[in-house]
Amino acid sequence: MVPVSYYLVLSGILFSCGVVGFLIKRNIITIFMSIELMLNGVNLSFVAFAARWGHLSGQVFVFFVMVVAAAEAAVGLAIIIAVYRTRETLNVDQVNLLKL
Amino acid sequence: MTPSLNLWLIPALPLLGAAINGLFGRRFSRQTVAAIALAFCGGALACVLFVWARFSSLELPHTELLAHWIRSGDFYVNFEFYLDQLTLVMLLVVTGVGFLIHIYSVGYMWEEGGFYRFFSYLNLFMFFMLTLVLAGNYLQMFIGWEGVGLASYLLIGFWFTKDSAASAGKKAFIVNRIGDFGFLIALFLLIKHFNSLNFQQVFSGVQTGVENGAITVGLLTAVGLLLMVGAAGKSAQIPLYVWLPDAMEGPTPVSALIHAATMVTAGVYMVARSHIIFDHAPNALTVVAIIGTLTALFAATIGIAQTDIKKVLAYSTISQLGYMFLGCGVAAYSAGIFHLMTHAFFKGLLFLAAGSVIHSIGGEQDMRKMGGLKQYIPWTFLTMSIATFAIAGFWPLAGFFSKDEILWQAFSSKHGSWAYWLIGVITAFITSFYMFRLWFMTFFGDYRGRSSASHAEPAHAHASHGHDHGDPHESPMIMLVPLIILAVLSFCGGWINFNGHFEHFLAPVFHTATAEPLTDIEAQAAEHSTEYLLMGISLAAAALGLYLAYLLYCKRPELPQKISDTLDGFYDTVVHKYYVDEIYATLFVKPLVIGSTRILWHGVDQGVIDAAINDAADGANHVSDAARHMQSGNLRSYAGWIAAGGAVVIAYMIWLGVR
Repeated sequence: MVPVSYYLVLSGILFSCGVVGFLIKRNIITIFMSIELMLNGVNLSFVAFAARWGHLSGQVFVFFVMVVAAAEAAVGLAIIIAVYRTRETLNVDQVNLLKL
Repeated sequence: MTPSLNLWLIPALPLLGAAINGLFGRRFSRQTVAAIALAFCGGALACVLFVWARFSSLELPHTELLAHWIRSGDFYVNFEFYLDQLTLVMLLVVTGVGFLIHIYSVGYMWEEGGFYRFFSYLNLFMFFMLTLVLAGNYLQMFIGWEGVGLASYLLIGFWFTKDSAASAGKKAFIVNRIGDFGFLIALFLLIKHFNSLNFQQVFSGVQTGVENGAITVGLLTAVGLLLMVGAAGKSAQIPLYVWLPDAMEGPTPVSALIHAATMVTAGVYMVARSHIIFDHAPNALTVVAIIGTLTALFAATIGIAQTDIKKVLAYSTISQLGYMFLGCGVAAYSAGIFHLMTHAFFKGLLFLAAGSVIHSIGGEQDMRKMGGLKQYIPWTFLTMSIATFAIAGFWPLAGFFSKDEILWQAFSSKHGSWAYWLIGVITAFITSFYMFRLWFMTFFGDYRGRSSASHAEPAHAHASHGHDHGDPHESPMIMLVPLIILAVLSFCGGWINFNGHFEHFLAPVFHTATAEPLTDIEAQAAEHSTEYLLMGISLAAAALGLYLAYLLYCKRPELPQKISDTLDGFYDTVVHKYYVDEIYATLFVKPLVIGSTRILWHGVDQGVIDAAINDAADGANHVSDAARHMQSGNLRSYAGWIAAGGAVVIAYMIWLGVR
């Protein structure tokens, strides 16, 4: 059996990649993907612990997170499309005004 | 149980008058303001007369409780009134003379600005003075004591736009504060050792304490000396007399009421009231007598060389107060109080008459610019003459009896000594001399006022009246009537001690102090012949003073200049009041000012307090300025901070786990 610490290290690496990507990227889609990466990094540690202790609650949490992430993706992508239509750019540094 | 006399009404009426005039007087006409002030002051006088009428039916001392004030454990202080013979005398003097001066002020102040303010202060003064006199305990007395100081401050600085008046008011207040410090410490000692400030409890505590040895003479001496410090401040004795001459910056009725007749005698009253403490502390008594004697002589010599008519009277007041303390200091309290009363008459009159003189010649106070006024202002001349003869101690005027009583007691009392008497007689001579000098310079010779068309310095706010003063003119009736009444009192006031009547009246108050009557007829006769001899000597001294003043200032007016030239250095010293003000300035005021400026202001205030606050503010500014840059508005930098914060938290938790 793979020790739980392996999963945790992988989860940490994924989360850190997400954080770094979120901080340094300017393309809003990349930022969006980084957020997904962070969420999934956390999901990984949830399921790892759930498997380790034989509890279902970790897995239930993962489902919740996935549902939220799906909803977020739906809303977020819609916003991104709207932004792109009006601003014709995906660079977040140029999208610093809510009104036109 | 004697019925209540509603003693609280006596101080409350003037307070009400002060409140009405002070709050609403600005809108009233002068007539209304004057009517209110006179009505409430007269009301107090009427109450006092009522008390006087009922006096013989009272059980003395009569006390009335108004309200509880402080309760702390078994120590308590009440608002209470205490009435005995001494109180009654003081009440009559304060309200009687006070009422006359109120009347006079209406005429004197009629053309002044701030008319309502003046009468409000005057009534306020009456309230505090009556509180002081009627107080049933030391703390209540202290309220009145401080209050009259306040009223005095307000009235000295009445013409507050004049710099000298404002600073004279401050000087009076601050010098008095030094005295009050002594008074307060004395009160603390009383609280500590008697657990009470009530007169009756303290005095009976002293009696029993001395008998069973619980209270030492040293303690009583300390209390007595501290009380004397307070009295020296309020009653302008050495070394705290310096404020009184400056206090002449106030309007003349104020000088008459506060700085001659009533407030300055509060110290004498307080010593007389506390006589039981002093009786058991002979050393304190000696100090009182010595201070009184020295002050009498010292102030009298300064009085010789003054040219301002009010300054002469001010030094004369200090000197006469010295007599009163001499009387108290030889345990002849009733003689001191007797002189207090006659002094209130004749010195009040002198000031009012001097005010009338000043009024008549348009605000001039310099005696060198007066002269020959007797034909212009006959009534003022007549009344002032009576007062002058009274203060000089000519028979049968008031001053003769009271001064002579003090001198006799100073000589014969068991606390007395011939030295007191000798200095007293010398002072009487000097007093007579400078008073007649004033009299001759003011009323005789030729009028010297017109020659100097422009006053170099308007010594008085009257000078700013604007209306041209031609010939000196007599004052209006409203000012003359009080003068005449006071003149009658100055003339006859001494007669009430005929056959020692006044002393018998006060005897129950000073029971321990009255000398046991001599039963031996021969000794009594010997006493009497000595008394008459001493009386003759003091009369001769007064007459000599009159003659000398006549010689120098009437017959040969060129002589004083020559004499002062020969006595060059000494004369200068006297003119400059022995440089006492300058010495005090160098010794106390200057170090205080420099110390306050350099150490307290520049050092502590600016260097420590301000610096601490400013540095703290600067530090906060710098830190915030640095922290401000975190709030860049850039979303990703915020996210970075969050991530960094999270990293720190995780690192901390890992460190906790590893540990």
